[in-house]
Amino acid sequence: MLVFYTLLAIMILGSIVAIETRNLLSSVISVGIVGFTLSILFLMLGAPDLAITQVVVEILALVILIRATISVDNTAIEKHRDTFAMVSSLVFVGLFLVFASYAFLEMHAFGESLMRTSQHYLDNGLAETGASNIVTSIILDYRAYDTLGEATVLFVSVLGATVIMRRIGRKRGVNL
Amino acid sequence: MGMSLIVKKVTQFVIGLIFLYGINIILFGHLGVGGGFAGGVILTCGFILIMLVFGREKAIQKMRTNVAHFLSCIGALAFLAIALLGYIDGTFFFNFIDHGKEFHLHSAGLIPFADIAISIIIVSAIFTIFVLLVFFGRFVGDAEEYENDEEYVGNIDRNL
Repeated sequence: MLVFYTLLAIMILGSIVAIETRNLLSSVISVGIVGFTLSILFLMLGAPDLAITQVVVEILALVILIRATISVDNTAIEKHRDTFAMVSSLVFVGLFLVFASYAFLEMHAFGESLMRTSQHYLDNGLAETGASNIVTSIILDYRAYDTLGEATVLFVSVLGATVIMRRIGRKRGVNL
Repeated sequence: MGMSLIVKKVTQFVIGLIFLYGINIILFGHLGVGGGFAGGVILTCGFILIMLVFGREKAIQKMRTNVAHFLSCIGALAFLAIALLGYIDGTFFFNFIDHGKEFHLHSAGLIPFADIAISIIIVSAIFTIFVLLVFFGRFVGDAEEYENDEEYVGNIDRNL
């Protein structure tokens, strides 16, 4: 249990540094600390699939963000913080924490689901789908509609990015 | 263009292993840890490594953006086709192929094919988005502002 609290403390520290630091590059690296610690947390909670995906996506996001921040000329933030926005966000975060604590106290314990579906997946997943990896059998067989939706979202995002970026690029004379 | 000789040489040694690992995770997604998404992102990281180390021309040679667009269409259509193939024996997404023997590579019917289709979508989509961000991302904020500024445009072309 101590390990989880340590990892949680590291994550909270990383996110605070990411918000408070004045340099964009160190902010991006602190966000990376949060992501990698989260992947260790997933690994210790017994979800290696999620851990692998988290590590890989974190690397990708870090590369893209660093690439994006380095290409920006001005990486230091000089503007002062908006007091009203900070106070109002603090109030709303406090309200959220109060109601969330009530909600979390009502929740079932970790690993004890309310519905019987997950138990059905665990009992019959291997026999019904033939996949020994239960996560894959859920996301590609029982819940394949969700995965189809994800694939569609990715496809449409690429389509939109290409349409928008190419128009700007053509004006600049850069053509892929 | 690109990074120093040491980085290039090390990348030449490592890149094949990265691709093999990604393909391994995709193909064994129904047996062990991994799956189409994680493996696809690992393959994309390999392409991005080529792009960062050898410069953009080399990476574009390896995977032209037209090919990437084509592949992302192919992947999406293949996944949809797998979904529709379920109608042969009943419903949408029905896993109608013989399930094979458990814990063997030939098992789980349609799931490995769906994994491959998803990995194709992921590789082409994320690679395309990265290429677009690298090539055009810096233009986004100032699309109208520097429209006719020849010197600014020239600087950008040199930096690319």
